[in-house]
Formats: sequence, C-alpha cells, structure tokens
Amino acid sequence: MPRTLFDKIWEFHCVGQRADGRDLIYIDRHVLHELHAHHAFAQLRKQHRDVHRADLTFAVQDHTVATKPGRDDDTNPSGSAFLKAMRDGCRQYGIRLFDIDDPEQGISHVVAPELGIVLPGATHAVPDSHASTVGGIGALAFGCGTSELAHILATQVMALKRPKRMRVRLDGRLGAYVNAKDVALRLIADLGVAGARGYAVEYTGSTIAAMPVEQRMTLCNLNIEMGGRSGFVAPDDATFAWLERRPFAPQGVMWDRALGHWRTLATDADAAFDREVTLDCAALEPQITWGTDPSQVVGISGRVPEPAAVEPSRRAAAESAFAYMGLVPGTPLVGLPVGRVFIGSCTNSRLPDLQVAAAVVRGRRVARGVIAMVVPGSSTVKREAEAAGLDHIFRDAGFFWGESGCSMCAGGNGDRGQPGERCVSTTNRNFENRQGPKVRTHLASPATAAATAIAGRIADVRQLPARTA
Amino acid sequence: MQPFTRHTGIAAPLLQDDVNTDQIAPILDARGLKEDYQAMLFHRARRRENGSENPDFVLNKPQFRAAGILVTGHNFGAGSSRESAVWSMLANNIRVIVAKSFADIYRENCLQNGLLPVVLGPQEADAFAARVVAVDGAAPFTVDLLTQRISGPGGADIVFEIAGPDRTRLLEGLDDIGLTLKHKDEIVSWEHRTAAVQPWLQAVQDSRQ
Repeated sequence: MPRTLFDKIWEFHCVGQRADGRDLIYIDRHVLHELHAHHAFAQLRKQHRDVHRADLTFAVQDHTVATKPGRDDDTNPSGSAFLKAMRDGCRQYGIRLFDIDDPEQGISHVVAPELGIVLPGATHAVPDSHASTVGGIGALAFGCGTSELAHILATQVMALKRPKRMRVRLDGRLGAYVNAKDVALRLIADLGVAGARGYAVEYTGSTIAAMPVEQRMTLCNLNIEMGGRSGFVAPDDATFAWLERRPFAPQGVMWDRALGHWRTLATDADAAFDREVTLDCAALEPQITWGTDPSQVVGISGRVPEPAAVEPSRRAAAESAFAYMGLVPGTPLVGLPVGRVFIGSCTNSRLPDLQVAAAVVRGRRVARGVIAMVVPGSSTVKREAEAAGLDHIFRDAGFFWGESGCSMCAGGNGDRGQPGERCVSTTNRNFENRQGPKVRTHLASPATAAATAIAGRIADVRQLPARTA
Repeated sequence: MQPFTRHTGIAAPLLQDDVNTDQIAPILDARGLKEDYQAMLFHRARRRENGSENPDFVLNKPQFRAAGILVTGHNFGAGSSRESAVWSMLANNIRVIVAKSFADIYRENCLQNGLLPVVLGPQEADAFAARVVAVDGAAPFTVDLLTQRISGPGGADIVFEIAGPDRTRLLEGLDDIGLTLKHKDEIVSWEHRTAAVQPWLQAVQDSRQ
C-alpha cells in the first residue's frame, strides 16, 4: 500500500503500542532549553530515574539569555537561576550543553540543524511549540510540554496518538521580496489558527522545490500557528548539500550510507492524505498581521478589515484586536508609525534572513525615534554574519546588534517593547502582551521589517525610496 | 499524578475562542524557578494598567473567585507549550475545562496533570454556556468522569465523550513514565535493530573531536 513520508517515518520509529493505544515513538534527537528543563530534572530526581540516552540529548540556553554584548549569567537577573539549574542538570546527567558562552550557543531550533544534530528522516523533540522548525530538513518533530520532556528523558520515546496527514501544495514562483514568511502567514490566514490541529503536515510543490532550506525551516516553524504540531518538507538535493559536512552529521562512509537512505524519503505516488490544501504563491505580495493572532493577516497593500468583511465567528476577536492594536477598520497598513522593529527568533534569524534584511538596510538609516534590533539565531550565525560585514551594515544604520537568543520573541530575557508601542517583528506570535505589556506586534518578513525600520512606518519593501547617498 | 473521578465547583464562563497560553500563564518580569502558579493564572487579564484588580475579568467577579470549572470556546490553550498554563489552573483548584476544542499540546498537558479536558459539540457547548451564564455562580456544577456526565442547575445532565484510554489514565492517575517503561525491552531492541540498519540515528558525535 502506498505510504506518505509521514507514515514511513512514524512506522519506522514506532517501538510498540502501549496498553492505552498510544504509539511509542522513538525520539532520535532530543534538545532541551533552560526555561522548562529544570522542572523535568527535578521530576527525575524525585522519582529516582536516570536519563536513558544522554548521548542523544542536547541542551541550549536560549529563552532567558541576555542579548547585550558582553553578557553573562546575571545580565538578565531573572534568567540566572534558569541558566545555573540547566548547567547543574546537564552536568548531573551527562548532557552536552551549549552554554551561554559556547561559540555554538543559540536558539535550539537554529542550532540543532545548523550543527547537523538533527537529520532527515529523524524524529526530534523539544519542549517548545516551534520544534517543527527542523521539518525544513525533513525531520519529524514534536513540540512538547514539561511532563513529556521528563518522559522522553527517562524513556527516549513519546507516547503519541497518531495524527492525521495533510498535504499542503505550494505552487508558483515567489515575487521579489516575497518569501516563506509571507507564504506561511497567508496559509495561516486561509486555514485559521486551528486549521492543522491534529494533522502532520507535508509541504510540497514547485514553490517548495525552489525554496532554500532556511526558508523551508521558516515555513515549518510557523506550522504550529495553524495548530499543527509537526510539519515537514521531504529532503532533496538542496537539503543534502546544506547538511553535508556539518559537524554532528554523519561523515565519510557513514554519510554515503545515510544519504542512500535519505534519498528514499518521499511520499509514494498515490499515497492518500486525510486533507489536501493548495495555495498559488505566484501572485502573493508581502504579508503582515494586523491583529492579535497570526491568522489576522493582510497583504502589505491591504487595509485593516471592516468588521462586515470578517467571518461572523471571528468578528468578536477582530473587534477586540482593533482595540488592542489601536487600529480603525479601513486603515491602510502601510504608513502606520512604529516605535520598534525586531529581526530575530527561531522563525527568521538564520544567515539568509539577516542577509535579506541587510540588503534593504545597506546605505540607509533607521528612522529617528525607532528602536531597531537584530538578534542572530545562534552564535554561529552571528559569527558568519560578522565575517560578511552584516553587523557593520546594521550598526551603521542605527540597529542594535545583539548576542544570540530568543530575545523579544517572548520577552523571556527582558527584551521587550514599551506599553502602547507598535512593533514590526519577524517572530511567530502577535498575541497580546507577548512582546511586553500592551505592545502592538505586527508579524512580517525580515525584508518588510527592515524596510519598516528605515521608513519609521510600516512599509512595502518593494516601494522603499531610493538611497539618497 | 492526582487521579480524577469527580469534581464539583462553580463554573466560570470565559466565552472566547483561541485563548492562548501567553494569556493563561504569561511570562512575568520577576520570576524564578519556584513560581507562584496561583498568581500567574491570567495574571495580565486580572489586573488593570495601574496594577489594581480588573473587576470586569470573570475570575475576579465575586461569584467566580472560587471557580472550579472553566467554560470556554474553540482551540483553548493555543500557542506556547508551557505546562505552567495547566499548573496555574490546578493551583487555583480549577480541575475541569469545558471547551468546544483544545489545542493539541495543551490537551496533552492536561492529561499529564489530572486536569479534565471536556469537549462538547458546538451546540451543546453553547447550551451549557448559556446555563452557566444564567446560573451566574449561584450554584455549582458537578463533572463526573465515571459516568461521563455534567450535572447542575438549569437543565438535564450532559453526557460527554472522552477517549477510553484518556479516561482510564485520569481515573487511575496513572504514572505515564511507568506505563511506558513496561515496554523497556521493546525500546532497547528497537535501538539494537536501528543501530544495525540506520546507525547514524543511534550514534551522534562531534566529528571535530
């Protein structure tokens, strides 16, 4: 019987079935972060359990680390206890930790693929809902809670109900300055914030085939914003070229052997999906959110919707969003003054994201009164960006250039906006108060965020005035 | 895990869709490893800008301050996977959430902690919500997992569905890790098999060392 790629990975990793009907899915690579790991360590200690496969487990400090240059444990005072608890737990259980001063520290979802820790066809878990970022290289990932995290540490498996299968077919060539972030926002707008709940999503189509690996990660990262725990792209030659010689990936003869297997990782022709969705990406313009959930999206040339144009069941949420965002229906998005711009997070902080933003910023200045930040997704990305001179471009323009971490995405490290401030952010959630109390977040791509920082107002990057110098 | 059989409490209506975990359990400025989960629950919604209590938020209303059941809309618990969004309910003795649907990770976190997630069909949920609003905290409802019934003022008992294994797990307060470790032999033999057929999955090392 023809099988989807999801079925193949799931069935290979199914160790057995528990008495309660749940499949036990082996987790090949488990990555922890400091915000949640200490609870799991405490649970293991209390129950006198050991970590079953510390050698397949990795840890990063990302959520609470300060981004200020020269940072240490205490630069963000509310984070230091988390950093120390992580260090103690990793030492006790023999887990490889990418600590705050490690040259390869960074956001788990950026570090795991860039070091080759996670691989195509592998299963992956992180106690964070954006775990499926690594679906971009063809891994099957599951975001999880803290109890599940302790469960994986003790057993190396997750007890899961098998999700249904959805295929999202993306076709068409993306226009100038349109990328995976815009595609994802449009999909979330079309399907809704719960549209993929209960499904594992495979992204496919000509848009995907032409999409660089980092952008595939952006797309899979945002899968949870339409409710899907796992989303992935089947690996192809672009994936293999991207992964080859990364330090933790297999090398030499073992690489060749793995590659032989990875080339078989595809959905069979005629395999059935429980749901099929298509999106024509050729006509897509840059997208931006206007509201307080990631499905409240318009094209950059659009306006805040009139209540009558909103689906009745979503109208109360829209009214609430108008009030929180300080927006009147019918207002064009372009031209809204902003106080802050943030470029970073597991969604959009890889080197190509920074390159796109730098290309917009080069030779221009951040508008007066705007606080603009760039926070690379890992210390490796930061180093590579600096080698290419991107830090100078950003700093010369008036951007803050930070040390790597989650930063303003959830504000867990103290990086936050001011109450009432309008912020264009390359992150994943525009929820009320997420980037600071009363902060008004608009989600957009790095190019749109960069153009907005220059204009001081929400801007269509395609129409930015020519450089004066 | 604390078993769940029956819970009687005041039902509080939070009649919105897509309530997310940043709302339920916000990341606060001052925090540490030992958090005050009771104070964390809906911390921002419960307060006005000047720090005083927001009298309009449902759980601040006198009749709902001791609520034991939360009644809400679709996709409850969307967003971040933080389990504090469940622990903060339990810290306030809310042990049942009745919703039209739950976000996947949130529902799993409920099951891990003995918080009963009840899903009702849209019409049934609307009818129940109307009862809860009408009763306005004057009398409690009882949610019984053995009989799978919600009973209380203003109407007939409501029968709810829940997957058999989830029900058993809650009723018996089963230790999830213990359940899985009964399969330890299968886990180890899977590791041996995989080490032979896909060895790169079972061994990972830094090639620079």
